[in-house]
Amino acid sequence: MDDFAGAFSAAFRLIATLDPGLAEIVGLSLRVSLVAVGLAALVGLPLGAALALLRFPGRRALTVAMNALMGMPPVVVGLIVYLLLSRAGPLGVLGLLFTPTAMIAAQFLLVVPIVAALARQVAEDLWAEYEEQLRSLGCAPGRAIPTLLWDGRFSLITAVLAGFGRASAEVGAVMIVGGNIDHVTRVMTTAIALETARGDLALALGLGVILMVLSLVINGAAFVLGETARAGAR
Amino acid sequence: MSASILPGRLEALGFEAGGRRLIDGLTLAFEAGPRTVILGPNGAGKSLTLRLAHGLLAPSAGRVVWRTAGAGRRQALVFQRPVMLRRSAAANVDYALALRRVTGAERVRRRDKVLERTGLAELARRPARVLSTGEQQRLALARAWAIEPEVLFLDEPTASLDPAATRAVEAIVNAIHEAGTKIVMTTHDLGQARRLADEIVFLHRGRLVEHAAAETFFDAPASAEARAFLEGDLLW
Repeated sequence: MDDFAGAFSAAFRLIATLDPGLAEIVGLSLRVSLVAVGLAALVGLPLGAALALLRFPGRRALTVAMNALMGMPPVVVGLIVYLLLSRAGPLGVLGLLFTPTAMIAAQFLLVVPIVAALARQVAEDLWAEYEEQLRSLGCAPGRAIPTLLWDGRFSLITAVLAGFGRASAEVGAVMIVGGNIDHVTRVMTTAIALETARGDLALALGLGVILMVLSLVINGAAFVLGETARAGAR
Repeated sequence: MSASILPGRLEALGFEAGGRRLIDGLTLAFEAGPRTVILGPNGAGKSLTLRLAHGLLAPSAGRVVWRTAGAGRRQALVFQRPVMLRRSAAANVDYALALRRVTGAERVRRRDKVLERTGLAELARRPARVLSTGEQQRLALARAWAIEPEVLFLDEPTASLDPAATRAVEAIVNAIHEAGTKIVMTTHDLGQARRLADEIVFLHRGRLVEHAAAETFFDAPASAEARAFLEGDLLW
């Protein structure tokens, strides 16, 4: 037990003193996940709304695929991106394997299905309510996509936060395509895995605490936004 | 302003849903000018007729013919329960104008005018969804008015409103009529029909029973169904 207590106090010292090693890892984690989620939102939100509003061949298949991809294991996504980016792969010439860009690409693929599937649900519910009114106003389904994304903004922020939760918590994909290289591609989750294996519990615990706080903040924000939406914009 | 879309004609219109014929052989013309009130008991097909005429529903038989093409863009429909977008009252009007490609100073001018004339100028910045039911219906009228439609359809616009809000809505409908818009409105409220109608279209079970000037209809209804309806006898 003394070991654990020591590890905890060391962990909090690392956080309190903004240890440069810890800060670097946290910074890279946030950068990778925020960029990945930002790009995933840019693609996933309109894609989800389009799946809800537009009728085109393959729409059902795409919807099912999207829902299935929501549960895809990160290691599988990591493996796919690895194969694409490896020297012999189709995108090998880019030389992106074991860079933060590769990690962003992997997390992007993980998050797009979540954001798109949730956005589809939100847009579908809103469309059921809005369709007659919008059609009467002269709004074609394609034009309704930005309308529904804006009117569903509170629910959609929750969807994006869920995507960020998945991106920042996963370890398998970034481990495979990033390689967990110190000062280059080491992020919170891969660092925790490594330091735990090496027995350096202080750093692992410190990062764990930060991840948990991050998760709390995200879920708190999602909750508050949901309440705001219900109160202000019925 | 290009050539009028009026008159509009419903020609032998039929509409079926779930194997039931809800509108049957309905032939009817909407002429420029008189306020047309579509009257009838619940289930007569009043709302369906409006939606078919407005193009929200496709008829299963017959057709809807307006004098010029692209008539849908020169009509508006105010629903019994208006759908307010999750943004301010003013932005709701702006949205309708943007869809008609009204931009810049003209958009501001029209929006401010209709909000003023519907008594909503003070509430322009409020989120539309926190307005009262009556205010929301006035906003729906403002939104429809802003696009300066040639024909305004209203589907039981006061059915869920109290008497004061009902009077406000009726006054706005009359103002829109006086500004030159053809009014086509459904109601099952006889008092409202007497107050607003220039002509009555009386429907029963999806069929046109009577189409007459309002005075004629109320003083001397030609059909047994209309007489029964006016006397408040149960009719469905």
